[in-house]
Amino acid sequence: MSTYAEYATGAPVVDTKAPSGPVNERWDKRRFEAKLVNPANRRKHTVIVVGTGLAGGSAGATLAEQGYHVVQFCFQDSPRRAHSIAAQGGINAAKNYRNDGDSIHRLFYDTVKGGDFRARESNVHRLAQISVEIIDQCVAQGVPFAREYGGLLDTRSFGGVQVSRTFYARGQTGQQLLLGAYQALSRQIAAGNVEMHARTEMLDLIVVDGRARGIVARDLITGKIDTYFADAVVLASGGYGNVFYLSTNAMNSNATAIWRAHRRGAYFANPCFTQIHPTCIPRTGDHQSKLTLMSESLRNDGRIWVPKAKGDTRPAAEIPEDERDYYLERIYPSFGNLVPRDIASRAAKNVCDEGRGVGPGGQGVYLDFADAIQRMGRKAVEAKYGNLFDMYQRITDEDPYEVPMRIYPAVHYTMGGLWVDYDLQTTIPGLFAIGEANFSDHGANRLGASALMQGLADGYFVLPSTINDYLARNPHQDELSTEHPVVQEVLAETEDRLNLLLSVDGDRTPDSFHRELGELMWEFCGMARTETGLRKALERIPQIREEFWRRIKVPGTGEEFNQSLEKANRIVDYLELAELMCLDALHRAESCGGHFREESQTADGEAERKDEEFSYAAAWEFTDTGASPVLHKEELTFEYVHPTQRSYA
Amino acid sequence: MKLTLRVWRQKNAGADGAMSTYEVDGISPDMSFLEMLDTLNEELIVKGEDPVAFDHDCREGICGACSLVINGDAHGPERTTSCQLHMRSFQDGDTIDVEPWRAAAFPVVKDLVVDRSAFDRIIQAGGYITAPTGAAPEAHATPVPKPDADFAFEHAECIGCGACVAACPNGSAMLFTSAKVNHLNVLPQGSPERETRVLDMVDQMDAEGFGGCTLTGECATACPKGIPLPSIAAMNKEWLRAQRRVARR
Amino acid sequence: MAPTVISMALATRPDKDTAPGKAPGKRPSPARSGMRPSLVRSVWDSTIGKKTVMAVSGLIMLGYLVAHMIGNLKIFFGPEDINEYAHWLRTMGEPVLHYEWALWLVRIVLVAAVVLHAVSAYQLSRRDIKARPAKYVHKRKRASYATRTMRWGGIILALFIVWHLLDLTTGTVHPGEFEHLHPYQNIIDTFSTWYSNVIYIVAVVAVGLHVRHGFWSAAQTLGAGNARRDKVLKATANALALVLTLGFVSVPVAVMTGVVS
Repeated sequence: MSTYAEYATGAPVVDTKAPSGPVNERWDKRRFEAKLVNPANRRKHTVIVVGTGLAGGSAGATLAEQGYHVVQFCFQDSPRRAHSIAAQGGINAAKNYRNDGDSIHRLFYDTVKGGDFRARESNVHRLAQISVEIIDQCVAQGVPFAREYGGLLDTRSFGGVQVSRTFYARGQTGQQLLLGAYQALSRQIAAGNVEMHARTEMLDLIVVDGRARGIVARDLITGKIDTYFADAVVLASGGYGNVFYLSTNAMNSNATAIWRAHRRGAYFANPCFTQIHPTCIPRTGDHQSKLTLMSESLRNDGRIWVPKAKGDTRPAAEIPEDERDYYLERIYPSFGNLVPRDIASRAAKNVCDEGRGVGPGGQGVYLDFADAIQRMGRKAVEAKYGNLFDMYQRITDEDPYEVPMRIYPAVHYTMGGLWVDYDLQTTIPGLFAIGEANFSDHGANRLGASALMQGLADGYFVLPSTINDYLARNPHQDELSTEHPVVQEVLAETEDRLNLLLSVDGDRTPDSFHRELGELMWEFCGMARTETGLRKALERIPQIREEFWRRIKVPGTGEEFNQSLEKANRIVDYLELAELMCLDALHRAESCGGHFREESQTADGEAERKDEEFSYAAAWEFTDTGASPVLHKEELTFEYVHPTQRSYA
Repeated sequence: MKLTLRVWRQKNAGADGAMSTYEVDGISPDMSFLEMLDTLNEELIVKGEDPVAFDHDCREGICGACSLVINGDAHGPERTTSCQLHMRSFQDGDTIDVEPWRAAAFPVVKDLVVDRSAFDRIIQAGGYITAPTGAAPEAHATPVPKPDADFAFEHAECIGCGACVAACPNGSAMLFTSAKVNHLNVLPQGSPERETRVLDMVDQMDAEGFGGCTLTGECATACPKGIPLPSIAAMNKEWLRAQRRVARR
Repeated sequence: MAPTVISMALATRPDKDTAPGKAPGKRPSPARSGMRPSLVRSVWDSTIGKKTVMAVSGLIMLGYLVAHMIGNLKIFFGPEDINEYAHWLRTMGEPVLHYEWALWLVRIVLVAAVVLHAVSAYQLSRRDIKARPAKYVHKRKRASYATRTMRWGGIILALFIVWHLLDLTTGTVHPGEFEHLHPYQNIIDTFSTWYSNVIYIVAVVAVGLHVRHGFWSAAQTLGAGNARRDKVLKATANALALVLTLGFVSVPVAVMTGVVS
């Protein structure tokens, strides 16, 4: 048994920036209390922003509009390609345009409850307040939201919420919002206020005298490693779902920026909180490189089933009605196929584990539209889901109008991330984390259409207000010199790491390790976790890591465009992050939101939260590779939304 | 499936390139085209050879990173992105040619990877609406007629992959530029900058070294998002209108 | 932001602005309104502007061609008719205008149109070829058919115009006894030689193809095209091309078959 699991508990971590008082006045209060930077002085301040997704793009543009000098990075060839672009469903906002009883307070309430009471009330309320401004901002930028014939914005209900508060642009809301932010950023690039470095990947953080002062980044085309200095650093590098190898994340989304920051002293909070989306297209074989999500809305009309008998390989059409098990309708008669994401996902895993899964490898369940087609007619089904059916058919070569779709859950979003205070500042002064990269607003589970909302809230409104306070209190200092010993050390470490990867010259490809790690994580730290499984994973991960450094093969050199080197370097960090995720999952001996511990369930198989023991955010402090981290707890208090146990039976 | 691949290999921007031939075996028809290339690369790495560099990211047809000319067609035989093309579109034993986008404005970086930053600069020249954060009026203050909103959306769907340029015999970026001009110019929010937007974006497009439009229609045929060819005529109209208006000022 | 010493990779990658085949690197944002060049300058300097010049000059020539074709058809009504018509072309506009003034006005406009059309086409073609320096290894049948017929067709027509003027306007290379203001006989002389017929018919077919794509293309360039109108525009282009081709071809055919003699 590894000693990694024997972690120490340190002093609690306290959010010193969180204002007190009535929850709806806290954001105003904080903005009033925050110090400001004189507009004339802003130009002297440089802010580094890593990432150009919804959070990074909007933050870079807004900081530049305010007059700061922004230096921004993305590893893609253009800032327009960040993975926010793939979000389909929509963005929530408490506009109450439908007059259906929605309000800021209701969005706040739904989000805290949906997050299974593991998020801060202050943050969530601020998010709900800002949601309305986001829509105004995006419309002004020309985001082509869906509209009704009267010319006003259309909304729909999403993710089992009872109000229609989700704004959308067909199935491409993420794309349209991202292009809005990208265009705002482009305007600032043209104006010379943002210095944009595309195809440049952050490899480490420079912390001098306890403050974040810059980053080390590699030009992916030339391979040149450079240092960039600033007065503050903002990480908007997204989530870490690619630890699982197969996920709905883009292939190059990675955890390096946040993990390197964690290694330099930023606490990592709730790493085990990962969201698994129930309606993805199942994998077709070992060659599978990523998974594709299909909108959850399919569950509104599709019926989910598997054969009653194990190992039944007959085509769906030949399985008679009485030999089918509509298991969600059977187990959860009142919610049926519309149970929340985590419950639907787990139920699918259970029936597949029983050997009743369908399709290649038995890793899938049917989502059947036969009844819907009979009830509504093919035309109506086509109008509602046509584009999703087309997408499914393109990928699987099966016609979902004729044979039932096959779906399986997949890793989709990570609620955990760098611990941040109310100002979105990490435990390293001057280092901020926004969007999916931080842990702040979704607790243990994120509601549908809330990721876009949080990314844009952080980038357009929260960070640009709160970063002023830090910059005002820490006036601009002289630019660091590359000769500074700390800078030299960070550079040398980065160089050594890459050189080592290149020099091992083993016999296994980066992907083979990534795949192995991913399978392990999916098995033991995926939809359902057990103490035995997690301990097994914690034993196995250091072995994979050791083998990695013995057998990795990276062709080419570091002084060129080298995609294998990029990959291998990202896996180095996954191999450490995976360990922390398992430890966090092991220590949290309760079930909540996306984290389901089999030991902690009610008699009818529901997730059982243990509020007395675990009503806190777990912020981990890094010590050394393979050495156990230190746990710092941030107690959560609920003054407005009182914890209740979910029930969907 | 067993396939013969002929792939453009080029060490870097300055080096000369050539087609190299590879055999791949055990390809499943369910693989995407990029997964087939992954398979090739895994073999190359184990053999100690340099894997084929190609741009890719989301692999679900929306980020616009993937950019392969497959058998002479931008994104291959189906009307979709390279990442959403599946091997079932090919026959066992086929020989497949894979090349990078070709255009003076898109220089090759390595193998199948090209530099598309010219597109970013076209957007920077005016492909935005000036709306600093916080300055926005209430979203319902300006209704947008549904046909206009739909027209805007149809053009806003562009993923900036560059297939239009790659397919055009003149290496023209008219379809890309017109998609953004039309998206923003039809909206009431975009009208204050309507003239400067189209004039500046077209100027930048020309400055980047893209060719002119001879209306061959290749761009619209290659576009994975179905940006229609009349988009170009609509931009021409905007451009002429802007010239007249600006001259009168 | 001082560069650090880790890698010497710069040597392997030529500077952005000097890399072969590389378009001009980052350029400053174009001038905002107020500092814009004159209308003429900014139209002529732009690809869209040059296309506009081509479209307008092309439409002028198209208009002329229609009139010219109608004039040609007068040959079917006998020598007096067409010879008188030739005379009228010179007295057009009298007494306000002097003899041949109107004709010269038309000629000047036409020459200007031809020159602008050709210069724009030449410059745009050069630019287009430069924008795609490397060809694909995998060749396939492309719809660049239109581009190619326009370019080659344009060259054929330019050469034809020269021959046509030397033949029937100045009479320099006329095969028979060229007689000023007697087009009936001149035309019959010309089309009595096999090579003239070949040249003429090839050129007329080129006109048809050129008009077919050119008219539709001009409509797009001038912004008249949209999804709804596309069918109408294409049909009009086809009809114009067909009528012009048949109208022009009818004359040599009539001479060859002896309908006109």
